[in-house]
Amino acid sequence: MSSSTELLAAGGSHEAWRPFLELATREVFQLMLGCHLMPLGDDAHLPLGVTSMVGLAGELSGVMTIQCGEKAAVLMTSKMLGLAADKVGAEMSDALGEICNMVAGNFKNKISGLGDGCLLSPPTVITGSDYSTYSLADSPGLEVQMCFEGMPVVITLQIHS
Amino acid sequence: MPVRVLIVDDSSVMRKIVERSLRQAGLDLSQVFEAGNGAEALAVLQANQPDLILCDINMPVMDGLEFIKQLPSVENAKAVPVIMITTEGSETHVVQALSCGARGYIRKPFTPDQVKTQVIPALAGKV
Repeated sequence: MSSSTELLAAGGSHEAWRPFLELATREVFQLMLGCHLMPLGDDAHLPLGVTSMVGLAGELSGVMTIQCGEKAAVLMTSKMLGLAADKVGAEMSDALGEICNMVAGNFKNKISGLGDGCLLSPPTVITGSDYSTYSLADSPGLEVQMCFEGMPVVITLQIHS
Repeated sequence: MPVRVLIVDDSSVMRKIVERSLRQAGLDLSQVFEAGNGAEALAVLQANQPDLILCDINMPVMDGLEFIKQLPSVENAKAVPVIMITTEGSETHVVQALSCGARGYIRKPFTPDQVKTQVIPALAGKV
C-alpha cells in the first residue's frame, strides 16, 4: 500500500497510484456489474458523451471523472440493476454517479492515509460532450483507459496538491 | 421467515441493488422500506418496524452515523440490527460505526455473498 503523505510530501509523481486506480475500477465493474474490463484497443474510439465526477477534499484534493459513451452508460446501468437495456431510463445518471463514487472510494481505501483523510463529494453527472472544464489541478494527474464490452471507459484523477 | 427491511441510501439505484442482494442472499423480504437519508429513515420508523436496517454513511441532511446514534430512542428501532453499507472503508470508520451501534459493516463495492455473510448472523433466529 502506498502512503499518501510520503508521496505528497515528496512532491512526487502520482504515477505510483496508477495500478491502484486501475484495480479500484476493475473491482467495481467486476463486483457490481459482473463484467471484466479489458485493455482498450485502438479501434474503440467513440464519443464520450457521459461524464461522472466526484470531488476529493482533504489529504488529497482533486476530481475523479469517469467518461464513457451513452451506449456504454446504458449498458452499465442495465448490468448494475439487472434490467434490460431498453428499460433503462432516468436511473442512468444515478447509476453512473454511484459507479464513480465507488471507484473513488475504493481507490482512496487502497492508499494508506487517504481512507480517513480524504472526503468525497456527492457525484455529479454531465450528459453531452460539448463542454470544457477548468481545473485548479497542478499536477499531470492520472488517466486510465479501459474497454467495457467493446466500448471505451476513461477514468481520470486530477490532483491539486 | 419473511423479513421487513429498511434500506437507507441517498442513491435509489443503490437501494435497488441492496434489495436485490438481500433477495440473492436468500431472504424472503415481506416489506422493503426505503429512505434517502437518516432523517427520512427516522420518519419511516415512526410508522414501521423493520427487522433489519441497512444504511449508508455519507448522505445529505442526516448521515448514517448520526442516524444510528438516534436509534436507541426510537421505539420501532430498539434491538433492530443495523448494517452499514458504504464506500468509507477505513478502520476508523468501521470502529466508529460499530461503537455507534452498527452490527456489521459492508464496503462498497460488494458481492451478494458479502451481504449474506453480514446479514444472516444479524438476523439470527429470524430466518
